[in-house]
Amino acid sequence: MSFLDMDERLIELADKIELVYSPIADIKEFPENVDVTLVEGAVTNSENEEMAHLIRKNSRLVIAFGDCATTGNVTAMRNPFKVEDIQRRAYIELADKNQRIPDEYITIAQLLKTAKPLHEIIKVDIWLHGCPPTADQIWFAVNELLQGRIPVLPPAYLRYG
Amino acid sequence: MVEGLYYKRNEKIMSKMITISPVTRIEGHAKITIQLDDNNDVIDARFHVNEFRGFEKFTEGRLLWEMPGITSRICGICPASHLVTSAKAGDDILAVEIPETAEKLRRLLTLAQWLQSHALSFFHLSSPDFLLGFDSDPATRNVFGLIAADKEFTKRGIRLRKFGQEIIEILGGRRIHTPWTVPGGVREPLELAKRDQMLTWIPEARETVGLALDALKKIHKKYAKEIPEFGNFRTLLVGLVSKDGGLEYYDGLLRIKDGNDNTIADKIEPKKYFEHFGEAVEPWSYLKFPYYKPFDYPKGMYRVGPLARVNICDYIETPLAEAERKIFKSLSGNVNVVNNSFYYHYARCIEMLFAVEKIEMLLKDPAILGLTIRAQASINRLEGIGCTEAPRGVLFHHYHVNKDGVIQKANLLIATAQNNLAMNRTVRQIASYFIDGKKGKITEGILNRVEAGIRCYDPCLSCSTHALGQMPLHVELLSAGGEVLDEVRR
Ligand code: SF4
Repeated sequence: MSFLDMDERLIELADKIELVYSPIADIKEFPENVDVTLVEGAVTNSENEEMAHLIRKNSRLVIAFGDCATTGNVTAMRNPFKVEDIQRRAYIELADKNQRIPDEYITIAQLLKTAKPLHEIIKVDIWLHGCPPTADQIWFAVNELLQGRIPVLPPAYLRYG
Repeated sequence: MVEGLYYKRNEKIMSKMITISPVTRIEGHAKITIQLDDNNDVIDARFHVNEFRGFEKFTEGRLLWEMPGITSRICGICPASHLVTSAKAGDDILAVEIPETAEKLRRLLTLAQWLQSHALSFFHLSSPDFLLGFDSDPATRNVFGLIAADKEFTKRGIRLRKFGQEIIEILGGRRIHTPWTVPGGVREPLELAKRDQMLTWIPEARETVGLALDALKKIHKKYAKEIPEFGNFRTLLVGLVSKDGGLEYYDGLLRIKDGNDNTIADKIEPKKYFEHFGEAVEPWSYLKFPYYKPFDYPKGMYRVGPLARVNICDYIETPLAEAERKIFKSLSGNVNVVNNSFYYHYARCIEMLFAVEKIEMLLKDPAILGLTIRAQASINRLEGIGCTEAPRGVLFHHYHVNKDGVIQKANLLIATAQNNLAMNRTVRQIASYFIDGKKGKITEGILNRVEAGIRCYDPCLSCSTHALGQMPLHVELLSAGGEVLDEVRR
């Protein structure tokens, strides 16, 4: 969603890019032959993992977008704990009715033992740091790509948090 | 049965199950499943939330002072609401009353958060359905399609959101995840020049909300036949009101009304919330199902957020929003409660109007420029609760600490979760109405209407499942000619 923080620059971008798959768009299947995919968030469950592989297969460039995708960030704060313990806290200790851990894995995804940065699952081409990356940073990267260059972030953009 | 490649049936679970996955134009990862009988009539429909991060466990051992910074990363859309609520829980633990200027600045931050989040929901996420049409081409039914169709209107919406974001940025030094609010108050006072800079935005912002309201009223006419089926049922409505019953966002007491305008409970101290509300679990969703305890589960279904707030308050303190509230109320027929979830959008626009008016009032209040902004204290209580109205509804942070301020236990009750029962009922109602075995074809447009039912609530799922971090966001850029990356590879 921090993508939308580019504000009016989105309008400029509208003529230059085609958004083919995104939570803010309605196509439900990840298409083939994609130029660039920005992936936000750590890989934390079985569906994220499958999706990551599909994205890699169908995209020419994959960008890890934000600190969660690049390092695991806050998502990985759960890693020192056992999945069971974390779930027990939420669904048993802090629930009042039907205390149980959700497990209908046909409709919901199963958690991985730990949350991982994207590059531990698939090959990543470009990293965009920040929690979230700033609009200027995204704008810079997108423009470099549109010029046909792999973005090399200036030092000012190389910060976490 | 279902055409196109947008929706798949899941053969494993039932022979006749439609899965809408992912639900789009919402924040976070979710699915909807619709179960059909042999005649293709709807038996049931469910809203499944796929996110879980376990916030309540892994904040154990962190310091109270870190909590605003950590919890604001629960959500990229309403970080400021978590920040303020967390700081309030901290105030409680320090046992301090914060300075007047600090409270006003936090109020300003909260309203800026409302404004940017509501603008995002209305312009970027939901209006493609209204302005391009529920049945329009899914490939362009998004904010970029909207830019192509009506550049001026979309730009206005984008700028309205920017105004909210700018206030947050000015106050906190950055747009998202600002660490500016702390237990005891805020970190920096507001400078005169920056105050004036914010004030210059007011006329444009007010005008844009006016345009949104005009557009919405046309939408009400255009979809007059469908709207009555969009989550139209009675539930309890829960939210904060000010001490004398006005629309409230930062402080106040909880009020509970039913769908017939009876007051079920009033003047409940937010700190007593856990005596009144419980949470249930279902195996098919990571999002829990809060309910009103005296009515038990699932009968204690309730709604929070704009629809609840505008319904249960006795008045709104700013003139334009108050005038609009009266028009809103006239939609309710004889019960004096607008029960239809479609009107979340209307209530949201009224709240944007209120936010703009109230932001102006706060900025013009000399106290906003005060320099006394933080009460210093150490740990004086081992338990604290903070509560504010986040854009999506009432939000609670509840912490237990030891005498050094190390978190022992945390519980968060988040707005989106509190609408979970109602969101499920909404998808069931819309699916049952539009999917009719005798009429045949289930079109993409019909399934999009089921999703639009969810969009009324503007759910934020990374937040409500305490997903510290995020769902993967797969934004994808395709250059117009497709040649860009060939060049890159050369
Ligand atoms: S904004 Fe921060 S917490 Fe949220 S997904 Fe991006 S890096 Fe993670």
